[in-house]
Amino acid sequence: MAKRIDVNNLNVYYRAFCAVEGVSLAIEPHSVTALIGPSGCGKSTFIRTINRMHEVIPGARVEGEVLMDGIDLYAPGIDPVAVRRHVGMVFQRPNPFPTMTIAENALAGTRLNNRRISKADAEEVVETSLKAANLWEEVKDRLDRPGSSLSGGQQQRLCIARAIAIKPDVLLMDEPCSALDPISTLAIEDLIAELKSEYTIVIVTHNMQQAARVSDRTAFFNIAGAGKPGKLIEMNATSVIFSSPAERATEDYISGRFG
Amino acid sequence: MTTVAPARSESTGDSLTAARSSLANAFFSRLTAGAASLILVTLAAVATFLLVRAWPAITSSSADLASKVDWLGTASSDTLIATIGYLVFGTLLIGTMALLIGAPISFGIALFISHYAPRRLAATLGYIVDLLAAVPSVIYGLWGGFVLIPKLAPFYGWLNREFGWFPLFAGEASPTGRVALSASIVLAIMILPIITAVTREVFLQTPVLHEEAALAMGATRWEMIRMAVFPFARSGMIGATMLGLGRALGETMAVYMILSPGLSYSFHVLEASSHNTIAANIALKFPEANATGVEALIAMGLALFVITLAVNVLARWVVSRRSEFSGAN
Ligand SMILES: Nc1ncnc2c1ncn2[C@@H]1O[C@H](COP(=O)(O)OP(=O)(O)OP(=O)(O)O)[C@@H](O)[C@H]1O
Ligand SMILES: [Mg+2]
Repeated sequence: MAKRIDVNNLNVYYRAFCAVEGVSLAIEPHSVTALIGPSGCGKSTFIRTINRMHEVIPGARVEGEVLMDGIDLYAPGIDPVAVRRHVGMVFQRPNPFPTMTIAENALAGTRLNNRRISKADAEEVVETSLKAANLWEEVKDRLDRPGSSLSGGQQQRLCIARAIAIKPDVLLMDEPCSALDPISTLAIEDLIAELKSEYTIVIVTHNMQQAARVSDRTAFFNIAGAGKPGKLIEMNATSVIFSSPAERATEDYISGRFG
Repeated sequence: MTTVAPARSESTGDSLTAARSSLANAFFSRLTAGAASLILVTLAAVATFLLVRAWPAITSSSADLASKVDWLGTASSDTLIATIGYLVFGTLLIGTMALLIGAPISFGIALFISHYAPRRLAATLGYIVDLLAAVPSVIYGLWGGFVLIPKLAPFYGWLNREFGWFPLFAGEASPTGRVALSASIVLAIMILPIITAVTREVFLQTPVLHEEAALAMGATRWEMIRMAVFPFARSGMIGATMLGLGRALGETMAVYMILSPGLSYSFHVLEASSHNTIAANIALKFPEANATGVEALIAMGLALFVITLAVNVLARWVVSRRSEFSGAN
């Protein structure tokens, strides 16, 4: 069940350093939102606040609200572990568990919730999630091989399968294609377009064409200088951002006249 | 590395040959190869020494040995081979128990230091563990003999009364506490630091990428550790354990000072005068041994050597069995 996300006045810190300041934005369910901006402007930092992965880093903390269908994820009494079961994440570098087989990787999240899953159910989860990640045809004959025996693009799709196997409401992707070749990238972009019908997707990308191709809305983050916090400059429909952005900085960035 | 500045290519006449660096390269590769073969040579030398010196004792008749060595006899229970059998059993029993007690505690401490403790506390604890590793075994033996055992003896009595139905705690608990379990406990404490130090390093090296993958799926910290840390650290944990076992098997002084020695195939680890280890036995008998006695003791040393080798080969085999899934690729 895709859910909406509303961020209100979010400040994100690493110890005393404020990495992201004053972000407010809304993310509609069943949409793809692209986060773009120069390196170091806090895209990764921001996206990791949506599944409370930010606080895994020692000394990291957050001020402000992140609402998922109206519920503040940072309210007292909210369990970050539960949050992460609803908000899945795919990382920049493919990270399947090397000690697990392909099938075990796809099942890893399901096993956390349901340790005694029957063999038939397990096979079912493996097949549906790998099919949803467009990987099934390539790996169905070697499900018991290590996850690390796949190519980079296949590994990344395995990670997507692993993330969607637990049926999250929101799927976060931090530069999911940056380590991949153009063909694998296209495969994942197609996949994102398909997954949109079931999930709310947020994707960080450095590739303007990719943002233009896959996303419905685009948010541009920028940073005033080294040591300054990153800020949300503007957010709008992707077509508007790429044709007639309101801010000069956005236009400079997407046309490559940056800095 | 073979693209060379023009200046040198003139002198050698060949722009693709780096004369000096290839010489250094060859030198160091010889040096490392030499160092590596030195290990093999040492191993072979030790094995040869043990075999050659033990050979007379191994091949001579039990009657002959019994006439020359006062602690050997001709009955089926006190020939050289029988004695070695008891000692191998005692060594393995005490070593294994030490490992069963020590390894889980070490893993726990290592995990606490690497994944649970706040940074400051983790550093202090790590420091203390390293210090413990440097304490000589005689000190552990003294401490075990004077402090630990008197405290443990009453506990053994209780264990024997309440859990006597469990084979290990059956038999007659010794009131002195100078029993196999005491030796194992002190050995466990001795091998704790080395196992902890090695596993802590391995736990710390778990790729953040995999830890975050587990957490992002909604794993609790413990689930993350089982999913990402333990599988990654598995071969390191086995290696550390074997390192500990190697120490426990070969440890002499602590066992010598704690255990009341005896020879039997008894699993009653609370009974005194039932067990001894090879190393402690050699220490016990060596000072008064005549020439033949020394040969008999060297035969025991050979047995210890074989056990240690076997343990290491076994460990390697266990580690390599799933190397495809190790994450090294
Ligand atoms: N673990 C950390 N500890 C301290 N500061 C950090 C940490 N991770 C990131 N930062 C800082 O936070 C700021 C934002 O970093 P972030 O990784 O979010 O940027 P980004 O927009 O994702 O960049 P890129 O496009 O290069 O991935 C940077 O100044 C960075 O140095
Ligand atoms: Mg980033």
